[in-house]
Amino acid sequence: MEILVCVTRVPDTAENEIEVNADGSDIERDDLVYSVNEWDNYAVEEAIQIVDRAGGSVTVVTVGEEDDEEVLRREMAMGADNGLLLSDEAFEGSDGKGVAAILKAAVDQGSYDLILTGAQADGGAGEVGGMLAAMLDLPYASLVTSIEESGDGVLKIGREIEGGNIEMNEIQQPCVLSVQTGINEPRYVGIRGIRKVASVEIPEKGAGDLGVDGAAVGTAGAKARRLDYFVPEMGDGAEILTGSTDEIIDKLIEMLKAKGGLK
Amino acid sequence: MAKSIYAYIAHKAGAADDSALELIQAAQQLDADAKVSAVVTGDGADLDTVCTAMADTYPEVIKIAGGALAYPNAEVVRKALVNILPADAIVLIPHDSFGMDLGPGLSVKLDAAFLSDVVGFDKVEGDTLTAVRQEYGGQVSTHVSLDMSQGAVINVRPGAFAADETGGAGGSVTDKSGDAGDLATARKYLEVVAAEVGDVDITKSEVLVSVGRGIEDEDNLEVFQELADAMGADVSCSRPIVDAKWLEKSRQVGTSGQTVKPKVYLALGISGSFQHLGGIKGNPFIVAVNKNAKAPIFQVADVGVVADILDFIPELTDKIEEL
Repeated sequence: MEILVCVTRVPDTAENEIEVNADGSDIERDDLVYSVNEWDNYAVEEAIQIVDRAGGSVTVVTVGEEDDEEVLRREMAMGADNGLLLSDEAFEGSDGKGVAAILKAAVDQGSYDLILTGAQADGGAGEVGGMLAAMLDLPYASLVTSIEESGDGVLKIGREIEGGNIEMNEIQQPCVLSVQTGINEPRYVGIRGIRKVASVEIPEKGAGDLGVDGAAVGTAGAKARRLDYFVPEMGDGAEILTGSTDEIIDKLIEMLKAKGGLK
Repeated sequence: MAKSIYAYIAHKAGAADDSALELIQAAQQLDADAKVSAVVTGDGADLDTVCTAMADTYPEVIKIAGGALAYPNAEVVRKALVNILPADAIVLIPHDSFGMDLGPGLSVKLDAAFLSDVVGFDKVEGDTLTAVRQEYGGQVSTHVSLDMSQGAVINVRPGAFAADETGGAGGSVTDKSGDAGDLATARKYLEVVAAEVGDVDITKSEVLVSVGRGIEDEDNLEVFQELADAMGADVSCSRPIVDAKWLEKSRQVGTSGQTVKPKVYLALGISGSFQHLGGIKGNPFIVAVNKNAKAPIFQVADVGVVADILDFIPELTDKIEEL
């Protein structure tokens, strides 16, 4: 099975406190630690496991700049066979549809049986997978928590729906699936793995190579544009307890007693 | 603006989802003069019941019936909507597991703009909407402009708009089932597998000690179990703990886990994503302990302590055990 996994590089929210910069034009990017988007990492692990069972190869692709190559390399250290960087000044400022249109052009130049994305990334939109599928006229399912080959180019998949329930579907390949966290346990990537792929050449394609109209993507083509970042008014917010640890604990215990929190 | 607004009505077993009354509120904020229609897909008597109920809230209800629509498979629903909705429609969809499946692809097929997980509308000038979203799990908010001149699909966060319970709309139900077209799709719904019941039913717990990413290591779970034991509480958790397989899925609080209704909820090392908060009902007394003073959980908690839970909680447990 030939699998393409769309990945993206994001600030690691486990490592950083995300703050708005002084003029609200961006988040504070100094000293941010970046990593591969968590959802995408699960998608790559899933792709590797499928190829281990069914044969084939895994290609990881990202839309970005030179710096973003590091996440392709990380996923190749994990076990992906090929990387592909889609990079062009014309791509900057793309909204979800712009990113999906760029990825569609790359998919059209390959031959894939399965395309995976993470269910969402740092912006929380969860939109690129569904858009890409619609642009490719391929079937789609989001929030996928299990993938099983059931023969004849059909996959049996589980989707996470509300209340901890799982919705089972059959979907014909080729198809696009967006993967939810928890679908597997992504393998650890050690420094040795990273070293092994450090010198591998990663092909790069721009708008011209892909046949993408620069005016249809990037800032020029974006119908959705982020205007600013801000921190919302806190409303009432929590009463933050202050004082020494002993004082805080005494106050907290009194409150818990009053509210029925101690039995 | 003067466009038509369509609200997709999620429903189950003959009852509309809470989002149905929220979307009319959202539509009115978008354009007080717009014609707002409810779109209800489904099959059988349940569909008719929902349509009738929605006619009390929406001036027009579009009913789309069909065997293929009996279970809401987004691929099937999308095909029907593309055939029925006008080209420059503005479509509002609840941002849940179904809306995430439907919205992005629908916007491509309608050649409309798309905005995901909207929590508020700031203003509309001409065809340009300024909406409010959140990023990084709610740590920061953003204003986003959306060019709606060729229509828009907007996924609206459940609970972000107040429900409009005015009623008395006296709406009409129009059956457009005949216009739905060919609904054959390459994705087939099979069944829903119900969540497994765990050893502890946290939906019945009065006091919950809930842990998140901040516990850092599986071995640290016992620190929080000790607190729970001292308090007479049960241990629950947020999604990352289940993803890491440190606790059973049945212990997860949130929209994709359990909905809990405790009297007291301790959120320990939990940042407070909306998916997590969506699983906490009944207005409990919420205590948040987190080392990140900017964690969104402090916006909804009653009381907060800015501290590392791995230092703070053992001391709290000791004091409670001494009582």
